[in-house]
Amino acid sequence: MEGYENETIAIALYANGIDLFSWSELGRPRGAFCMIGKCSSCFMVVDGVPNVRTCREPLRDGIQVCRQRGLPEAPTSLEAGLEYAEEKEIKTDVLIIGGGPAGLAAALKAAEYGLNVIIVEDHYKIGGQLVKQTHKFFGSKDLFGGLRGFQIAEMLGEDLKKYDNITVLTETIAYGIFRDLWVGLASRKDNTIYKVKAKNIIIATGAHENYLAFSGNDLPGVMGAGGAQTIMNEYGVLPGNRVVVVGAGNVGLIVAYQLLQAGAKVEAIVEIMPQIGGWFVHASKVRRYGIPILTRHTIKEVKGKERVESVIIVKVDEKYQPIPGSEREIPCDLVLLSIGLTPDTTLLSQVGAKMAWIPELGGLVAYRTKYQETTVPGVFVAGDASGIEEATTAILEGRIAGLSAVIRTKGKIENAVKERENYVKFLEEYRKSPLLARSREGIKKVLIE
Amino acid sequence: MSKEIPSYRIDGVITNEKLAELKLLPPEERLKKGPVVIIECPEEIPCNICVDACPFHAISMESISSLPVVDWDKCIGCGVCVSLCPGLAIFVVDMSKDDVAYVTVPHEFLPVPKKGDVVDLLSREGKKLGKGKVTKVWERNKTYVVTVEVPKELALEVRAIWMEKK
Repeated sequence: MEGYENETIAIALYANGIDLFSWSELGRPRGAFCMIGKCSSCFMVVDGVPNVRTCREPLRDGIQVCRQRGLPEAPTSLEAGLEYAEEKEIKTDVLIIGGGPAGLAAALKAAEYGLNVIIVEDHYKIGGQLVKQTHKFFGSKDLFGGLRGFQIAEMLGEDLKKYDNITVLTETIAYGIFRDLWVGLASRKDNTIYKVKAKNIIIATGAHENYLAFSGNDLPGVMGAGGAQTIMNEYGVLPGNRVVVVGAGNVGLIVAYQLLQAGAKVEAIVEIMPQIGGWFVHASKVRRYGIPILTRHTIKEVKGKERVESVIIVKVDEKYQPIPGSEREIPCDLVLLSIGLTPDTTLLSQVGAKMAWIPELGGLVAYRTKYQETTVPGVFVAGDASGIEEATTAILEGRIAGLSAVIRTKGKIENAVKERENYVKFLEEYRKSPLLARSREGIKKVLIE
Repeated sequence: MSKEIPSYRIDGVITNEKLAELKLLPPEERLKKGPVVIIECPEEIPCNICVDACPFHAISMESISSLPVVDWDKCIGCGVCVSLCPGLAIFVVDMSKDDVAYVTVPHEFLPVPKKGDVVDLLSREGKKLGKGKVTKVWERNKTYVVTVEVPKELALEVRAIWMEKK
């Protein structure tokens, strides 16, 4: 089989028409779901190593990829060709975990004021989920508004090159935070374990897509809407031809539009609520081209042998219960779930930051000051990891967190203090939009002095 | 509760009456005079790209989350805002001729239409309203701004064009 350099194993398989990645213990076929290394749907055996996230593993010449069935046996290090990892100890002013919009914005601000910065990124490239956003962003001109997401990622990436006090460790995960802000990093790229002593830690780990319970939800062809965006927008592979989208929030509406751009047919967007969740302008963009949005509808079942062949949707009543007899079968080969995101906050819990369950923000999030500092001094949070919003607020929170690290390390530098106040004020102004009322109310609940 | 939901939030389609109510539809006399924008943006999105985009300072906003206000005398219907609006929510209509009208829409699909092409005219709910001839096409950051000639009675109905892929 053939693929391109700089694409992942999972993408190369998709491009070759393969979307069955493994079998469950019971022999049920499984496919990819999130495509960004956050779920375990795309695990395969790669060159003898089981449980490799093929959506994160770069393609190499001569690579051997096999499907696994149920839980694989643990390989010996010889079978897996593993070597002992090197160990390195480093010190830094700021360690930023996550190289998306929040993390990059934080790094740029901290570096601008002369701090030494390390960015840890799980993927082999930076930019987070911006890299797959082909639509133009809202907001103001000064904050990348009007640019397409991937263009914002490119700009942030270019800016990063201006600073030699920023180190980017790609293909590296932060596996734990220890006493006195020591952090453990494991690099697949360098086969190295880093022990980092950081004066400040900024957690910008993002979020993952939510799942939904229905019969057949594990069949290949049921995936996260963001997963489909990765496949088509980042790598130029069409994930399906006839699509049903579940959830009419902004993500679902935007993905439906992008599928149409990519040449797929979107059969319907179903939404259990009585009204569209996303912004009207995104809804009208898909309606104009004839895509139906079915409010008060949900997905009942996905049918198919080895992959999605059709979906059964059903109307719901005032109490969101399916109305018997209102079922309708739609033939399709892709079912996308866009039913919300959950912040990735395990490191925050682990470091002992005070957390709260805030449904408006997508789940468990950390208490924070308006300067993005958690209850653990020196540990900051920014972006979707602090509560689900979007890239503009992530960039603002990142800048605030970066400046907070500067002020905490170097004292109250006048410009830094002034700049930070401006961003805090702008963020407040931005969040005044009635369309952002939900997240604004959520943040109020976890804001501390 | 459902009574309070505006209909455009249920079906994703806004009516000309609603646009008029929100002062987003130009007055009749202005429509007759020549090209002018219709900003179909009924919600208070935190975004002011159109305000900065307008070379004639015809669009204003009280704050970043307010609805746009168009100064109908300043707007010449140039379409710069059509190309820049992230919501693809801005259109230009020219109803100054007796027999036909011109509608300018943002377009982000392949194939790229060319002047002279005959394309499908689509309504706000994606209904085919007929065919129209493309009279002008220009591009900015991959958003094509396409002007089509339409029967005059469809000027306030046509909001997209479609060309089948070859």
